[in-house]
Amino acid sequence: MKLVLGYFSIEDIQFAEEPRLEDGVLFVDEAALSAEVLADERLRAAHFEIARPGESVRIIPVKDVIQPRVKVEGGGEMFPGMASNVDVVGSGTTYVLEGMSVVTVGPIVGFQEGVIDMSGPGEVYSPFSQLNNLVLVVEPAEGVTPQEYEQAVRLAGLKTAMNVAELVRELTPERIEEFEHLNIVESSRKYPDLPRVAYVQMLQSQGLLHDTYVYGVDAKRILPTLISPTETMDGAIVSGNCVSACDKNTTYHHLNNPVIADLYKAHGETLNFVGMVITNENVYLADKIRSSNHTAELCSYLGLDGVIISQEGFGNPDTDLIMNCTKIEDKGIKTVIITDEYAGRDGKSQSLADASPKANAVVTGGNANMLVEIPPLDKVIGSSGYINVIAGGSAGSLKADGAIEAEIQVYTGATNELGFNKMSAR
Amino acid sequence: MEKFKVVHYINQFFGQIGGEEMATHPPEKRSGPVGPGLGLTAQFKGEAEIVATIICGDGYYNENMDSAAAAIVEMVREEQPDVFVAGPAFNAGRYGVACGAICKAVKDALQIPVLTGMYEENPGVDMYGKEIYIVSTRDSAAGMRSALPVIGKLLLKLARGERIGASVEEGYFSQGIRVNFFEEKRGSTRAVEMLVKKLADEPFVTEYPMPSFDRVDPMPAIKDLSTANIAIVTSGGIVPHGNPDRIESSSASKYGEYSIEGVADLVVGEWETAHGGYDPTAANHDADCVVPVDVLRDMEQEGIIGKLNPYFYSTVGNGTAVASSKQFAAEMAQKLIEQNVSAVILTST
Repeated sequence: MKLVLGYFSIEDIQFAEEPRLEDGVLFVDEAALSAEVLADERLRAAHFEIARPGESVRIIPVKDVIQPRVKVEGGGEMFPGMASNVDVVGSGTTYVLEGMSVVTVGPIVGFQEGVIDMSGPGEVYSPFSQLNNLVLVVEPAEGVTPQEYEQAVRLAGLKTAMNVAELVRELTPERIEEFEHLNIVESSRKYPDLPRVAYVQMLQSQGLLHDTYVYGVDAKRILPTLISPTETMDGAIVSGNCVSACDKNTTYHHLNNPVIADLYKAHGETLNFVGMVITNENVYLADKIRSSNHTAELCSYLGLDGVIISQEGFGNPDTDLIMNCTKIEDKGIKTVIITDEYAGRDGKSQSLADASPKANAVVTGGNANMLVEIPPLDKVIGSSGYINVIAGGSAGSLKADGAIEAEIQVYTGATNELGFNKMSAR
Repeated sequence: MEKFKVVHYINQFFGQIGGEEMATHPPEKRSGPVGPGLGLTAQFKGEAEIVATIICGDGYYNENMDSAAAAIVEMVREEQPDVFVAGPAFNAGRYGVACGAICKAVKDALQIPVLTGMYEENPGVDMYGKEIYIVSTRDSAAGMRSALPVIGKLLLKLARGERIGASVEEGYFSQGIRVNFFEEKRGSTRAVEMLVKKLADEPFVTEYPMPSFDRVDPMPAIKDLSTANIAIVTSGGIVPHGNPDRIESSSASKYGEYSIEGVADLVVGEWETAHGGYDPTAANHDADCVVPVDVLRDMEQEGIIGKLNPYFYSTVGNGTAVASSKQFAAEMAQKLIEQNVSAVILTST
């Protein structure tokens, strides 16, 4: 499988009646985009706002962050099985709008969502503060359940991103990048002397609005399986969760998975990136045992020397992480795990809910319990009151002047466990 | 601006009094910097000054720990310094222990920031590294040149009252307290580099050394349930409507004790969950699915259990620190024992 990504750099976003990309400025038609969103009868109101890096803007409560992409060649469309028909993606050519995202905002359950600060001391915690964000603010129709609302917002975000990306379908990208995923026999022949490495990605699937979708399938219902890394770049994996937003993978993260990017960089030099396995993080013990067994068997079947395992979430999934790690190590395959920590506000507690001496190579995205005080920003997109109920905030987090005192847990992507950020802890 | 005042502690060797034969030298104070204090002063760039140096023989300190510490603390107190620094002791064992001990004594008595420096294998690191800042140095005085800038920089930060970064950033030994900081490379790059080293059997440093966990052996099974008093403890956040104790939806700092005397069923509008992090619809609609009062009342009526304890205990498990959980559990256990509870059903979400 070979995928070419063609990049367009988006320097700014503006509203205009005639949508177009001109000199790095993306002009979008707000009325047309809103009308498409409101075609879903589960949504009562929708409008767009623009948040740029450095602006005194707080976005809350953030549901998902999505990078606009469009497939211009090869099978399928973006987000197959979710926002387009089921087809195999991951080959051909896909165009990417770099430097921007579509952010969906709406109180699904109130405390399930996250925060992005575009400037001020909170800026460093969410990587999305560095993007030009087209923010979609939606409200549910009366009588719609949180589950239906969540699904409607998820789809609205994906479709908006697809609509926006359509603007570049006929244009020529500024630069391209090529990613090839060879079959297992070809890659062995090509790199006979390099260590064989794969990526095990754990997908959040604890349920009750903590879900991830693979080609439209709820990841709770998958067995661990092989997937081409290029498929993820075309939206084969879509986020359906954002609670404790610091360590949940948005759809943007799935499209730009840094483990995949860095394994590709090392591929053919220091290692042979053989492929990836996706597995889930279900709450039942039998599911945990079954999934970790299958994951280890697949790694063994691939004849691997090493594996990077990334987690999504914390607490309950710590047990899945340690099961995956120990079972893969028991196959004689060396592991590095990527996680984050809940060491308490004072940093003195055990960081994970499970541990094993075999997990001797750990990369951490930092302590999510770290308390921060952030002065008010001039503008709030959404509603700042949710900070009092969002995971990581508590009653009184919102001060009278609009300042917030909360754990960095509230910031979307702050302690990401794909290793998306530079933050760590010791 | 006035300079920060520093008092420096060194041993007889660095105080240029003598070698092992002078190790019995009792504490003495001299004004200004002596020996390594001169090099350290250069690091301050005029922002701080060593107002006094205390010199003590390693043997003397280790053989007279209490009296030596008391005498030295008094010498330090007279100077009213902003910061106290000792050493660096490199791999000199008795010197390292003296530096660690006197730093701790000064910190406890005078409540001022203290720091020292030594080599990782110096016993002083094990003994005092969790309580005071100990800068990591090489194993001999040949490492003085590289140690002093690190000590000087950390000392000034402490004097200014600035936030102290993570151990790897500032160069001190980890105190077992997790501190966030920004690495130069993103996590995925660090993971790939760590894996390449691990595959090549080269040394690598994990960012989180795994702790050893408490494992609690289960109590023996109850022989006769029909006389047992069963209590419920939950981390699922079930509370009376309105959350009267204001238990936080994540990172809980408290737990609640709630009466269910005469309650047959936790009905909607009277009970709810305070727990963040999961869809609360089902728990708010029927809190029995987290705290199963209805089923246990049936079992009570049927005589399967003796009785359901009139109180249950509830907190929120979402992101709550293990240290808090341990404290809650110890208090709950005491109360459960006082209520003659025979067994507890622990529920989570």
